[in-house]
Amino acid sequence: MASSNHPSDSLATPPSNVLEFQQPQHRTRSSDEGYITLAHGSGGRATHNLITDIFLETFRSDALNALDDSARLDLALFMARGDRLAFTTDSFVVDPLFFPGGDIGSLAINGTVNDLAVTGAQPLYLSCGFILEEGTPIALLRRIAQSMKLAADTARVKVVAGDTKVVPRGKGDQIYINTAGVGVARSNQVPGPRYLQPGDAILLSGPMGDHGTAILLARGDLALEADITSDCQPLHDLAAALCEACPTVRAMRDATRGGVAAVLNEFAQTSRVSMVIEEAALPVRPPVAAACEVLGLDPLHMANEGLLVAVVPGEFAARALMAMQMLPEGREACLVGHVTKADPPVVILQTRFGSERIIEWPMGDPLPRIC
Amino acid sequence: MKFVTEFRDPASVAGWVREIAHLAQRLDRPVALMEVCGGQTHTIFKHGLEALLPETVELIHGPGCPVCIMPRGRIDDAIALAEQPGMIFATFGDALRVPGARGSLMQAKARGADVRVVYSPLDALTLAQTHPDRPVVFFGLGFETTAPAVAMTILAAARAQQANFSVFCNHVLVVPALEFLLQASGLRLDGFIGPGHVSAVIGTDPYQAVVDRYQKPVVVGGFEPIDLLQSIWMLLLQLVEGRCAVENQYHRLVKPEGNSPALAALAQVFTVREQFEWRGLGSLPRSGLAIAPAFAAFDAEQRYCLPSQASEDSPVCQCGLILQGKLKPWECSAFGRGCTPDHPLGACMVSSEGACAAYYKYGHGGPRSPMAAPRRFAEASARPPLQSELAR
Repeated sequence: MASSNHPSDSLATPPSNVLEFQQPQHRTRSSDEGYITLAHGSGGRATHNLITDIFLETFRSDALNALDDSARLDLALFMARGDRLAFTTDSFVVDPLFFPGGDIGSLAINGTVNDLAVTGAQPLYLSCGFILEEGTPIALLRRIAQSMKLAADTARVKVVAGDTKVVPRGKGDQIYINTAGVGVARSNQVPGPRYLQPGDAILLSGPMGDHGTAILLARGDLALEADITSDCQPLHDLAAALCEACPTVRAMRDATRGGVAAVLNEFAQTSRVSMVIEEAALPVRPPVAAACEVLGLDPLHMANEGLLVAVVPGEFAARALMAMQMLPEGREACLVGHVTKADPPVVILQTRFGSERIIEWPMGDPLPRIC
Repeated sequence: MKFVTEFRDPASVAGWVREIAHLAQRLDRPVALMEVCGGQTHTIFKHGLEALLPETVELIHGPGCPVCIMPRGRIDDAIALAEQPGMIFATFGDALRVPGARGSLMQAKARGADVRVVYSPLDALTLAQTHPDRPVVFFGLGFETTAPAVAMTILAAARAQQANFSVFCNHVLVVPALEFLLQASGLRLDGFIGPGHVSAVIGTDPYQAVVDRYQKPVVVGGFEPIDLLQSIWMLLLQLVEGRCAVENQYHRLVKPEGNSPALAALAQVFTVREQFEWRGLGSLPRSGLAIAPAFAAFDAEQRYCLPSQASEDSPVCQCGLILQGKLKPWECSAFGRGCTPDHPLGACMVSSEGACAAYYKYGHGGPRSPMAAPRRFAEASARPPLQSELAR
């Protein structure tokens, strides 16, 4: 892991003391394996044990096993896939850590994978940095690392660098994760929010608001129960399929915090166009719609963690939609509206009744209404 | 979702819109109707109902948003309470962003006050039970809709002898506000859509005196598009037939006599204040509730020393005129300029039920160019219809 201060400059010849720490198979792995202490962040033996026992064993990556200060990656592998390096970072703080459909670990992998995917890049390598609060059960950390490994394997990316810090009890909320990622894109296919044109079609890869509503209910203080699962999933295959079906994808975004409303507003402002969406075409699962109804929230403003918003030229809409619907994560993909010329640039929703209203940027966190 | 879909059926909506147009034509004069409750305002904007009405039927958005009518001084008091040593201050989420003279509760939270959002006053009582060593105050606000739940919570606290729990009571009453609006000069109103959920508690009988005295019809209405359109239709029908009565559109929830256990709890726990300050409306007689002497132990105003200073609204903020329906939000000089949902000057821009926030969010006037709105909507309707064989 990059945080360990072992001077070494070769991937091939790990420092001799590593072998000592690479025997985690014999360690106890019950839930009573203890708690994170400040010693785990001291850079000493406890740090090393934690790194080897949890992260090296879980991620099983050559670059990590080398315990170097940085991962060195073969450029040829990148250049064979394209001519642009895509590089991004994201931090994850979620309460609760585990929720229906995912946890902070899968979120940390998929979030960064998706940030790469929506710029048209193929995600390849990730780093992960952990901020751990003193007193966090080590078993919990192991469970989250295993979830990260599963998510990374699913997304076919490798975790090649990492870091761990420990903060005193009360200075953090158990576990925060930062992931950075690199991938490869092609300069002849670089979608972006500034390329939208009147006549373009607006596509959604699936229903809105699953993640945000699942989290809200998982916190348990609403005394509401519903069968709602987070949509936390990698989108790079979907993005790649879309780019293949439509070589001139204008823009893609995963609609995370702020929901679809924030993405559409950003597109409208950046490209100076209006986005017109149809209320009747917006996909929302019935339990999500019901929960939002009860709480006075709008699914357009709710967070997602595996929902692609894509804008393609109108003539490619059918092909793009078919390509998305071929994949499981795009099975429920649909056309929800069109881009129009307009001044000022706004997002307009056509209601089921034929009237219109403007969809604004969400203001802060969605707060349930008083009555 | 069956409970709402049938009240949002596009064919039914179109039918009621036709009937309303028919009556408006027969009436052959402009009418102004006020929907009293903020929840109704919210529905009107969310579903773009105003655009479906004939030009002669104008909706005026009333003062029925309990957050919007909270004067700045009471917010300052709430912040002073939240900053008491050891205090856990529990509030509905809406109140977090309302600006007082010293910022909002959200800013007080950022400065270190322990402010928690709860979804029911009972959750605040639970907080008191789980933190017996700390004082817990619940920010009680709202009309007769939320007041019974607070009354029941105080009764539960009294039974449990929960000494560390109290309520900062700011509950207000609907009928005195209606009377104020009817007495106020310069306001042309032809009828009221009465607040459905308040009326579920107080019933429809209390409106009779207002109707008799001021000769304006009241139709108690619900909160779904069909509810509101039907209420408008019922008001227009009264106007066409020259009648003036209290009618109940929301009869699936509202009984003439109201909810007697809720009314009993209100009568037991609260007394009516001689005066209560409303933002923008001023001090209205017998319009607010205080905690009765028998429950003084649970009255935060009596337990803590509060600054209770009247605090002037920002001079450019015209929430008062907007709450009275005398000014449209976009006619306020601060609207969308100094005053936005991110940086509200007045409470009407804060709550999702506030008329200014609703106009801002749902685009009547828009944030950038209030005057651009009519043109934009004209353009939008000239555009070819949005449809596709691809849409689900």
